Amino acid sequence: MQNKKHFIIITVLILLVSVLTYYALLSIGLMPVSASIQSKPIDWLFDLEFKLIAFFFSLIMVPLVYSLVVFRRKDGDETDGPHIEGHTNLELIWTAVPLIIVIALGVIGADNLKQVLAVDPQAHQVKVVGFQWGWRFEYPEGFTTNTLYLPVDQQVLLNLESTDVLHSFWVPEFRIKQDLVPGQITEYRITPSLIGNYKVRCAEICGTSHSYMEAPVIVLSQADYAVWRDDQIKLAKEQELASAGKPDAGRGQVLYQESGCKACHSVDGSKGVGPTWDGLFESNVPLADGTTVAADEAFVRESILMPSAKVVKGYSPNAMPNFSYLKDGQVNDIIEYIKTLK
Amino acid sequence: MKNNELKVTKVLAFYLGGQILGLVLGVIIQTLISGAFSTTYFLDLSSWLFGVLLSLLGFFYSLVGYYGLVKGLVWQVVGTLAGALFVSLIRFFMGLEPFNLTTFGFSEPAWVVGALVGTISFMAGVGAITDWYKWALGEKTADHHHDIEGFKKYFGVSLDHKVIGIQYTVTSILLLCIGGLFALVFRTELSNSSLEFLSLQLYNSLMSLHGMVMIVSILLGIAGVINYLVPMLIGAQDMAFPRLNAFSFWVAIPAAVILLSSLALGGFDTGWTGYPPLSVRAPLGMSMFFVGIWVAGWSSILGALNLIVTVLRLRAKGMIAFRMPIFVWAATATSIISLTATQMIGLAFQLVLFQRLMGMPFFDPTKGGNPVLFQHLFWFYSHPVVYVFILPGLGVISELLPVFARKPLFGYKWIAMSSLGIALVGFLVWAHHMFSSGMNEYLRVPFMYSTLLVAVPTGVKFFSWIATLWQGKLTRDLPTPFLFVLGGIVVFLLGGLTGPPNATVSTDLHLTDTYFIVGHFHDTMFGGYIFPFFAALYYWFPKATGKRLNETLGKIHFWLMTPSFLILTLFMMRVGLLGMRRRIADYDPALNFDVWHLAMTVSAYLIAISILVFIFNIIKTVRGKADATGNVWNSRSPEWLVPSPLPAHNYDQEMIVVGEPYDYGLEGSKYVEFIQKEVL
Repeated sequence: MQNKKHFIIITVLILLVSVLTYYALLSIGLMPVSASIQSKPIDWLFDLEFKLIAFFFSLIMVPLVYSLVVFRRKDGDETDGPHIEGHTNLELIWTAVPLIIVIALGVIGADNLKQVLAVDPQAHQVKVVGFQWGWRFEYPEGFTTNTLYLPVDQQVLLNLESTDVLHSFWVPEFRIKQDLVPGQITEYRITPSLIGNYKVRCAEICGTSHSYMEAPVIVLSQADYAVWRDDQIKLAKEQELASAGKPDAGRGQVLYQESGCKACHSVDGSKGVGPTWDGLFESNVPLADGTTVAADEAFVRESILMPSAKVVKGYSPNAMPNFSYLKDGQVNDIIEYIKTLK
Repeated sequence: MKNNELKVTKVLAFYLGGQILGLVLGVIIQTLISGAFSTTYFLDLSSWLFGVLLSLLGFFYSLVGYYGLVKGLVWQVVGTLAGALFVSLIRFFMGLEPFNLTTFGFSEPAWVVGALVGTISFMAGVGAITDWYKWALGEKTADHHHDIEGFKKYFGVSLDHKVIGIQYTVTSILLLCIGGLFALVFRTELSNSSLEFLSLQLYNSLMSLHGMVMIVSILLGIAGVINYLVPMLIGAQDMAFPRLNAFSFWVAIPAAVILLSSLALGGFDTGWTGYPPLSVRAPLGMSMFFVGIWVAGWSSILGALNLIVTVLRLRAKGMIAFRMPIFVWAATATSIISLTATQMIGLAFQLVLFQRLMGMPFFDPTKGGNPVLFQHLFWFYSHPVVYVFILPGLGVISELLPVFARKPLFGYKWIAMSSLGIALVGFLVWAHHMFSSGMNEYLRVPFMYSTLLVAVPTGVKFFSWIATLWQGKLTRDLPTPFLFVLGGIVVFLLGGLTGPPNATVSTDLHLTDTYFIVGHFHDTMFGGYIFPFFAALYYWFPKATGKRLNETLGKIHFWLMTPSFLILTLFMMRVGLLGMRRRIADYDPALNFDVWHLAMTVSAYLIAISILVFIFNIIKTVRGKADATGNVWNSRSPEWLVPSPLPAHNYDQEMIVVGEPYDYGLEGSKYVEFIQKEVL
């Protein structure tokens, strides 16, 4: 009889605490803004799991705290509790019910993943290159940027590539994360649903400056995006013409910063993963095979396009990715910049 | 009194002397290497750490003289230099550069071989392989060694499982403090956005080492508790292989030294996971990290082997499997994992070492290698190993609950089987760490199911614990070990409940590599290990010393640590959900995380203060009177039926199991009986 009273009290308390915990979680505002179609099912599943968390939290905490408060010895009582060794049916229930719940959660989770990964064959594509420590976005229209521009309500397939180590592409407002693996192209599909400014941040540790490996992501209306894209195409053409005509150290310096050269090659003589560019041009460079080579234009060009052809002494081969995606004019710009560091 | 003061002065003098001598030596070495003197060498981290090593040596020397640990460490230094010089000589004859000034004098292969030779030298120096060496020469040794009197025995090789258990535990607490100190340093850095006083490289090294030093600390901590308790609980005289037991402990010391030396030798920036290709490019410290863990792995594997044999062969008469104390089940389940999975991480790290040292391109995609392969090898150990960490802790909770609830353990067999269940399922879930890694997409759903399955045996434990407490007869005043048991249940519940969102793939794509994971993980580790570990320390401290830890200080420790810790991890999960990535030295002020991080840093300091209270409590109690030699907790377990502390071979009389271990409330029931050993 006494026992029955306890059970009724805790049943009521469990339900009450579950509901309160769930609404407390909701009122705090747990998730960042949702800015993609894919984040809808993900947030729905999060919500379901918060409900489960609130319920199971109460299911354990209420009887625990209740026992601590109620089942205390009276003063002077030295006796032990009732000799209850177990209850097979109870054990079966609390094995079977959670088992059913987790299987159901598995089915729901698999279906949820299917929704998140839904493929739109019309998706436009952008190549995303991650490197220590920055991002580069190569558009199929032939231009490259350091800010990712995306049109709203249109699926984009980002083909992720890494030139050096592992990275991970994450925009919290889009929810999904995908690693970049050297030697492999990984895919990231997203349909932005909210115009605004976001940031992609590298989520897989990639060395000392991992924290700063960020790039802006700007979601535009489809009309604005079209205007922006046409501008970029025009700009890229103009730049290419300019570089082809006359290499320029200023443009080379920008490329040095934006293409990732900076991560390994210093311009002040300090030591990095690769040799410094300070005083490099026309110096005599000792190679790993014991010979020496003069750092002329041909050598620098070869080192950019086929980095492992000649390895400088004291540096490891294959440390540098090849930069053959650069246009001839851009390589010339970089060489021009290196000349100024002589 | 006078004598005491003299001793304190001597210890302090040796400690400070060591630090100064080490610093000066460090500066001289750097001057020799670079060929020019600079005052900045006095501020150099490497010189200071060199000083720390010497100051510890001086500290131990002033306590015990040139004996055991001190001898081992000296031999390790000499052995490391000898091994490194040997490799340098070979390099010289091969026409390679014998020395490399950019990697602290020796070339990287020389350092690695030096570290391994240093390990063997340490073992020889400390005396952990002396008996085997004598056997190889055909000499006889005594079956039992007699330990020297007093505290000095803890600084040298002892074959007594109780001494080894205490050695493990103290080493573990020491590493816990070192790892915690690292955390405090970078937690301070994180208290607001922008980089304040650490360099990026140092931040990454400290953050990475915090992870691995804590893991080693936990491995030694559970080894300590298991070593101390299991032979005692099953009525054995000692572990099955006492010499192997001593070896397992002592090999962890050079491993820890090598691991920590990575900080002085350039550090590394990969996090504790050491994923290639980053770990192939990292500085020399990376190799020291790999070698340190590789050596520590031996400690785990051999310790687990020893424990399994002990449980299988040395139980008291009548102790059938389902009459073993529940902790023994947990210890066995944990040892099965350690014995079978540890090789994988050793192997994975070894492969990266081979790539670094010999150019074997296991993980280099340009030569047919695959970086994702490493992650599979790494997590095949590193996921099961979290169950290695928590199972003994959950075992402690199950062991202590009946004592304080004064009721039998509810569903003993179900709890025992759930430990094995967790151990088994734990082997099938590793790829849930890799949902976003670029592995084959079709692997994700099966691993989601297997991961969710872990919730079932874990749930059985929770429900059974609650049923054990239900209608119990708790004392008016809840004693400290019981508080830590309860704290463990609550914290582990939070860790467990935040698990399923990481298991379902689509939600994990948001959570992976964020602070949510950091919070979730710390909850499981504190709930599954730290809280039960402290519960065990408070509970069995009287058994080991005959002295009971101060209750007031114990409660201050508990009530300071628990709320601070809850704030710390709940805030971690909060910022993680909102977009805080893992392992970053700095965060964007635009995210408005500053205030949350400040609160986390303050909480971290409060936890550190609570640990200081605990250490103060230990020192105070050890110096006090032995007045808790009886059955302090009114337990039915055999170790409490005889006076504390136990003699060298545990029980003077033979133990026979005649009943169930947890029959609280059953009039006249007995778990064990002692009968006089037959006099030969």
